Amino acid sequence: MRTEPDLIVIGGGSAGMAAALEAKKQGVDRILILETDPYLGGVLRQCIHTGFGLHTFGEDLAGPEYAARFIRQVEEAGIEVLLSTPVLEVGSDLTVRAMSREKGYLELHPKAVVAATGCRERSAGTIAIPGTRPAGVLTAGTAQRYLNIEGYHAGKRVVILGSGDIGLIMARRLTLEGAKVLLVAELMPKSGGLKRNIVQCLEDFDIPLLLSTTVVEIHGKERVEGVSLAPVDENLTPILEKKWRVDCDTLLLSVGLVPETELFQAAGAPVERNNGLRVDDRLMTGIPGLFACGNAVKVHDLVDNVTLQGVKAGGFAAAFIKGE
Amino acid sequence: MEDVIVIGGGVVGCLTLRFLASYRLKVRLIEKQYDLASGATMANSAIVHAGYDPEPGSEKARFNVEGNRLYPALSRELDFLYQPTPSLVAAFGEEQEETLRKLLERGRENGVEGLSIRRGAELSGIEPLLSDRVTSALYAPTAGITEPWGVAIAACENAMDNGALLNLGEEVTGLSRLPDGILVVTDRGEYKARAVVNAAGVWSDKIHDMLLPHAFTIKPRLGQYYLLDRRAGDMVKNTLFACPTKEGKGVLLSPSVHGKLLIGPDAKEVPDRELTPTDAEGLRFVREAAARFLRVPLPMNLTIRTYAGIRPTPDTGDFIVGRSDVPGFYQAAGIESPGLASAPAIARELAQEIARDLGAEKRDDFDPFRRKQIRLNRMSEEEKRDLISRDSRYAVIVCKCEKVSEAEIVDAIHRNAGARSVKGVKKRVGAGFGRCQAGFCQPVVVSILSRELGIPKDQVLYDGPGSEILKGKVK
Repeated sequence: MRTEPDLIVIGGGSAGMAAALEAKKQGVDRILILETDPYLGGVLRQCIHTGFGLHTFGEDLAGPEYAARFIRQVEEAGIEVLLSTPVLEVGSDLTVRAMSREKGYLELHPKAVVAATGCRERSAGTIAIPGTRPAGVLTAGTAQRYLNIEGYHAGKRVVILGSGDIGLIMARRLTLEGAKVLLVAELMPKSGGLKRNIVQCLEDFDIPLLLSTTVVEIHGKERVEGVSLAPVDENLTPILEKKWRVDCDTLLLSVGLVPETELFQAAGAPVERNNGLRVDDRLMTGIPGLFACGNAVKVHDLVDNVTLQGVKAGGFAAAFIKGE
Repeated sequence: MEDVIVIGGGVVGCLTLRFLASYRLKVRLIEKQYDLASGATMANSAIVHAGYDPEPGSEKARFNVEGNRLYPALSRELDFLYQPTPSLVAAFGEEQEETLRKLLERGRENGVEGLSIRRGAELSGIEPLLSDRVTSALYAPTAGITEPWGVAIAACENAMDNGALLNLGEEVTGLSRLPDGILVVTDRGEYKARAVVNAAGVWSDKIHDMLLPHAFTIKPRLGQYYLLDRRAGDMVKNTLFACPTKEGKGVLLSPSVHGKLLIGPDAKEVPDRELTPTDAEGLRFVREAAARFLRVPLPMNLTIRTYAGIRPTPDTGDFIVGRSDVPGFYQAAGIESPGLASAPAIARELAQEIARDLGAEKRDDFDPFRRKQIRLNRMSEEEKRDLISRDSRYAVIVCKCEKVSEAEIVDAIHRNAGARSVKGVKKRVGAGFGRCQAGFCQPVVVSILSRELGIPKDQVLYDGPGSEILKGKVK
């Protein structure tokens, strides 16, 4: 890079692209998006279902279509993007260290940084499900990638734990591709998923949703052979006397998303209880000049809202750079 | 005819193979599982104990102290992860201080160096977050932490680099005496060997009984653990133990060589020798027992994995090591804790004994050094800069959480005793070991294994046969 960028956006998903575009619009010229993956768009790439863009575009788009519109805008705006470029370290002075196959080791000193690193799924390890650790236990998002990007089934007889939106979407998707989704179990007395997803992804396919129910044991040595389920009491403690076993080859988890913020925590940025970056009303984190948006702040239900927050963060970052 | 066959690819078997390979001997290791380090070596506390715990005069005491001393040099030769990390045995109140004094006595008798009892303000200097309720503690500066499966894999690889042979996924089904050695029968064939080493871990009593009258029984025990992410990794500087009881050393709190925090284990006798399920009750016990060590609550919300490991606990109370009544049949059986610390000493002694009995001399062309494994996530900024400018493939990160590059994974697949499964990759380079538990990188690792092994993606295994991750192509 010939000159140092004024703004570095870390993460080229919906939040990051929106932030970069807005900052550009507000007159920041030298903007660089750093993306770990070899493509822009983040998780939208594998979200081939519709339901994206109703607010932003007034249209019902699939995830990749929604992302494509922003990718095109980023290109048109001439915003520099480095793909396959993981950021290794962000300093409290906003020094950004990254590396890429193409550019080698990078050390950059922008005037502002936008954290748009999105979120990760909570895993089986995080929620400490008792039992064995065979193949066939995976998060809904990983199964979604296997199915939609790689073209492979992750399982044929599936139990889903958690009724988050990705789990619901995957229940429908797996069913359409010929897998048998036996049931969705939800620990809480009500689902955290969108109403439209419960209707369109479960009810329309006669997939039972068992509320106040959880998986209490995973069975199987090499591959999942079944899971034991049990209802929970009002303290969410499983009532083991009432447990029963369901034979299946796969346990899919949709048990929540966690903001992916460890990179910024290492720099000293405080986080909220949800692991999301703590931000003020200008979306600035505890580190001056480090702004945050999207699922790195709080997990959003709708991508349109992620985009909106990205736009705001881009605007605030631009104002910061211009000394406003 | 082989010279020596080692049965069992855990840390004891692999290190024995490696020391044997330094002699003029034709050696082979046979392991029942699909990968090395699949039994007791895979999931334990990863502590290189100092050696104050075993009864003086026992095999455990001797091998533990000797093995502990071998670790630093061995870790340089074999390039496995090892980190000196002192142990603290905490006494909660005066009545437990008697136990500390006994341990100190015992440790000195065993030849452990540097032991002392520390108290009060001294303790908070050594372990800043230690609970006020800890009145004194035994300080053992020679203890360490390591990566148990990494030790086994590195040892086997180095042995193979020096000509040793490895048969994975092959089960020994019978042993019989020959005039000039032992016939080893497996589910795939037969081998004649002048000497056989029984390092079969939880199965070591069964292997023993194939040639000798029953002498001991392995009563497998299961221990469960929590692993907390890096942000909890520096909460403790030392490995913290409570005073040992009859049931064992109890729940400990330890930094891991991967910068994480390890909490556990409980101990429960179990009927199955290979299944290692966790259970809610045991995990709760571990959580509660660990909570007392520090003055701050443990951040259990940073849990990234819970798991259980099997222990080959013998009913004799001590290791069974060395020659047996059958000439050429050597034991390394019942190697429970402190087996990891003891393994190098057991292996070295066995190899010496066997070489002497077979009249084999040391090789002058033996290379004790394993080819260095590049570990990007342990490099300084300068080293990274340098590495990437020399070989840009290392800039392609596959595991985002642990910062493991594609080049490291490819290397781990193509080395001797290389990775053949997703778990094999995880064991060798740590991909999938982090906070997302492979949610992001598993599909990429599957693709790399498929490409490098020349197999379709839906034949890529998670661990052993039958653990295919994918169930066929979408139509």
